[in-house]
Amino acid sequence: MSILNWLGALPGAAAQGIIWGIMAIGVYFTYKILDVADLTVDGSICTGGAVCAVLMTAGMDAWLAMLIAVVAGVLCGLLTGVFHTLMGIPAILAGILTQLILWSVNLKIMGQANMALPSRSFDVLVAASRVGVSLPILIVFVVVLIALLYCFLGTELGAALRSTGCNLNMSRAQGINVELIKVLGLALSNGVVALSGALLTQYQGFADINMGRGAIVIGLAAVIIGEVVTSRLANSNFVKKIGIGYAFRLLGVVIGGVIYFFVYQTVVFLGLDTDLLKMLSALVVAVFLAVPYWKKKYLSSPHKKAAVSAGCTNDAVKEDESNA
Amino acid sequence: MLEMKNITKTFFPGTVNEKVALKGIDLTLEDGDFVTIIGGNGAGKSTLLNAISGVWKPDCGQVIIDGIDVTHLPEYKRAKYLGRVFQDPMMGTAKDMEIEENLALALRRGKRRTLKWRISKAEREEYRRILADLDLGLETRMTHKVGLLSGGQRQAVTLLMATLNTPKLLLLDEHTAALDPKTAAKVLEITDRIVEKDHLTTLMITHNMQDAIDHGNRLIMMHEGKVIIDVKGEEKKKLTVPDLLAMFANASGKAFTNDRAMLS
Ligand SMILES: Nc1ncnc2c1ncn2[C@@H]1O[C@H](COP(=O)(O)OP(=O)(O)O)[C@@H](O)[C@H]1O
Ligand SMILES: [Mg+2]
Repeated sequence: MSILNWLGALPGAAAQGIIWGIMAIGVYFTYKILDVADLTVDGSICTGGAVCAVLMTAGMDAWLAMLIAVVAGVLCGLLTGVFHTLMGIPAILAGILTQLILWSVNLKIMGQANMALPSRSFDVLVAASRVGVSLPILIVFVVVLIALLYCFLGTELGAALRSTGCNLNMSRAQGINVELIKVLGLALSNGVVALSGALLTQYQGFADINMGRGAIVIGLAAVIIGEVVTSRLANSNFVKKIGIGYAFRLLGVVIGGVIYFFVYQTVVFLGLDTDLLKMLSALVVAVFLAVPYWKKKYLSSPHKKAAVSAGCTNDAVKEDESNA
Repeated sequence: MLEMKNITKTFFPGTVNEKVALKGIDLTLEDGDFVTIIGGNGAGKSTLLNAISGVWKPDCGQVIIDGIDVTHLPEYKRAKYLGRVFQDPMMGTAKDMEIEENLALALRRGKRRTLKWRISKAEREEYRRILADLDLGLETRMTHKVGLLSGGQRQAVTLLMATLNTPKLLLLDEHTAALDPKTAAKVLEITDRIVEKDHLTTLMITHNMQDAIDHGNRLIMMHEGKVIIDVKGEEKKKLTVPDLLAMFANASGKAFTNDRAMLS
């Protein structure tokens, strides 16, 4: 094992990172924007992959198969949304229920536990065996996707989605049907997740019933890493001035996915047990999720606490004090 | 403009915690009425406003806003007719969104939200103008996150949001209670100005008896889920705080208590 081997594996890791980064964008929409932890993704990523594999082996064009995979993902999100809003089931549980339903559904879609989609026999868009062409395609793909989602967040509907995640009562008082918006957000998110599943299936050459296990953790890890990496840039005055903070945040999520897979690749090359990687990811995510809580609990005085959670700069805090 | 007929609301019915919060409220507001509401802790003042805004359905009774029976409309649909400001400055705005984004959300209250851009250039100029009218320097901070503002500034923005798309009714629930006296006075002054300018029909709960006397054209006092005092016009103008306390003792048979009440 040499450093050259390691370097040689990086493009592949980058491609995988981008694909999982797309999945993480879906997680970002629910977890960060809508403030709902949606566990549907573990199932809907496989649904996207399964639908894509079945349709493409039946001879369908890759683009059309991916489009239908997205629709399937949207339906998964709708189901969780219905469980959550119409049936009053807590979001986490609603996601787990859908996940379980999808386990059966995905098996039925494929008719078996896994399904091959070899790049030699099918006209796939991306493939691990062709990293050189796949990587640029994925980069263009993700840039277009981010641009679309960024534009959506800038619309009236997108603003309603963000305000619902930020302040439910205020959104209702402003006439927003918050239940409908939540369903919409879940549907959109799982559509994106299914898209990543369809890409992953083409890239790795198969769909597998277990391909989504722990996806939520990878997604959260990418979101967290992305936040650390791009927060400075996304909040910089320049980015604010031209008003594209969200584009940078979404890009950050994808970069987070890529970093995750670089680390994964490194772990593989160091000969560490990759079986442990999910556990390590989960622990790292747990610690990162705990940081804001710990900060609040142990590090700040009551006044500072309020200022920090409000994102105050020192000047703003002073202003508050002089007003008080 | 507003008709409430026999509105009754019981929380936790049939349990040991059963609480009759509103007992057959009948209240009619004329167009342009500015009603101040006072009353002790738990008198049912917030519950009254919640009945109007549809936070839950009343056990019985009817709410009619400008001839439209809204009793069975969900909260988000009634929002079309209502501007609301809450006691907690954090409640009325989305802190992670910009000032202008919050205003743009409010301008679209009661309208369908589409895939059009969330804010237009013309709107932005309008927002700059009304923010400048507040005289809080917010017109230069329109793209700042609302979370960066002080409580008073947030309440002022919430007031603008409540009235930007002119509501049929403005509901204010102790919206100055969390502010220091100076800021509270400023926000009240802004309230008066907006209400006057748009000739808004307003219900304002306050913990400050003097404010209740000084503002609006009608004053009601609530006690144990009922309206026990209702004064308007000339009679209201002549009221003093001792008058009010005496009226309360007379009507309820008790001395007035409210841990936040300000008697002067
Ligand atoms: N959502 C609710 N659930 C249960 N009890 C409530 C609720 N809202 C109000 N109450 C009860 O109704 C009574 C009136 O409350 P409220 O209208 O908030 O009083 P206030 O006049 O101080 O605003 C209180 O006893 C309160 O505990
Ligand atoms: Mg109250």
